[in-house]
Amino acid sequence: MRRLFTIDCSRLRDIDLRAALLALVLIVAGSVVVRGDEGVVAVRAGGGFEAKLDYCKTCHGLSAQGYRGYFPMPRLAGQQPQYIENQLRAFIERRRTNPIMANVAHALNPSMIAALASHFHHLDPKPIGGAPHGALALGKRIYEEGLPESNVAACWACHGTDGKGQNEIPRLAGQLYEYTVGQLSGWGKQRGQGTAVDTSAIMAPTAHNLSKSQIEAVAAYVSTLQ
Amino acid sequence: MKRIAWKIALLVLGVSVAPVVAGEAVVRNCTWCHGTSAQGYMVAPRLAGQRSLYLETQIRAFHDHVRDNPFSKQYMWSAVAALAPDAAHDLAAYFATLPARPANDGNRSLAASGRSIYMEGIPDANIVACYACHGPNAEGVRDIPRLGGLAYSYLKARLEQWGQGYHSVAGSPMPLVARPLGPAEIDALASYLSFVR
Repeated sequence: MRRLFTIDCSRLRDIDLRAALLALVLIVAGSVVVRGDEGVVAVRAGGGFEAKLDYCKTCHGLSAQGYRGYFPMPRLAGQQPQYIENQLRAFIERRRTNPIMANVAHALNPSMIAALASHFHHLDPKPIGGAPHGALALGKRIYEEGLPESNVAACWACHGTDGKGQNEIPRLAGQLYEYTVGQLSGWGKQRGQGTAVDTSAIMAPTAHNLSKSQIEAVAAYVSTLQ
Repeated sequence: MKRIAWKIALLVLGVSVAPVVAGEAVVRNCTWCHGTSAQGYMVAPRLAGQRSLYLETQIRAFHDHVRDNPFSKQYMWSAVAALAPDAAHDLAAYFATLPARPANDGNRSLAASGRSIYMEGIPDANIVACYACHGPNAEGVRDIPRLGGLAYSYLKARLEQWGQGYHSVAGSPMPLVARPLGPAEIDALASYLSFVR
């Protein structure tokens, strides 16, 4: 009983505090702008490279190894800089549909993009893991030999024997399993939107010709590559 | 045939009642603070409808003294000290199945700006979109908590505590997430989320 009473009092204090805070907020109406004038804007205007890097890592994993949120957030570590720059542009130009990344990309200037892309390229954390192991052998076969009967080329012809990619061709090694599955399954719905030329067209037939279980197999396999 | 149907009926009944009956006393220990239907009460957050994996992870974090904000330390460390992992698992699964009611106790006039931060973040200020991890309806997934409908004061306190150096579980991105949040953004987010069903 005594304990409940104590909590009651603290609740009253909370309410007082809230009222006071609310009053404060009302007094400094348009608080965001006012705060901006007071120097918080230094951070608000995008801040420095480190702040932006932390911002990326919040979603893409603290060592950029990818992260499983509500959506799978892809690994950026070791990614090809040219691919990162292309995709950020594709988000802005709505060639690649992703509401979150469109907003994110809009706040990045070209020199920041170049600095971030180069930083991520040099990171090399272990793959995040977590893919099913059942179909690794099939995945390896698809990656190395393709599926001639289904018009699927060997992945390594473009993405490299080690899956590291090159130039505008992305690194697949260590990529989050769920992310690769999602991308290959919905290739044409997310990428290559609109009428502008988009390099994603190269992958469209391959993604289309892979069955669900083949996609899962190859996604599992590349997720294990270091 | 009739006998089998009876057996199935009994089995279903047994399975549905078993966790409640088995852990009735333990459940009462939780609802004493978290409210009789686990909708949250005062400083104790709502457990009803919370992700079971999240509840389990947090119980372990209390147990191992990793989640260290003042109320956790004061109440939850001792509350879970004698709770075996199996019991924690069952409790988490039980509370996850209870229907959740939104607290609706935030500032309504801030809900729209809170929603915009939740869905889009503020990229210029390095504030990420909560939506990416907590889902379109703040429902959470796996060990990522449901935020929709939690109490304003709880949400606000949690968002403030990340910036004050308290911990939850190892490897959580939340300290990084909360760093660029100012009082106005926290107020708006906590308000918005309190109304989400």
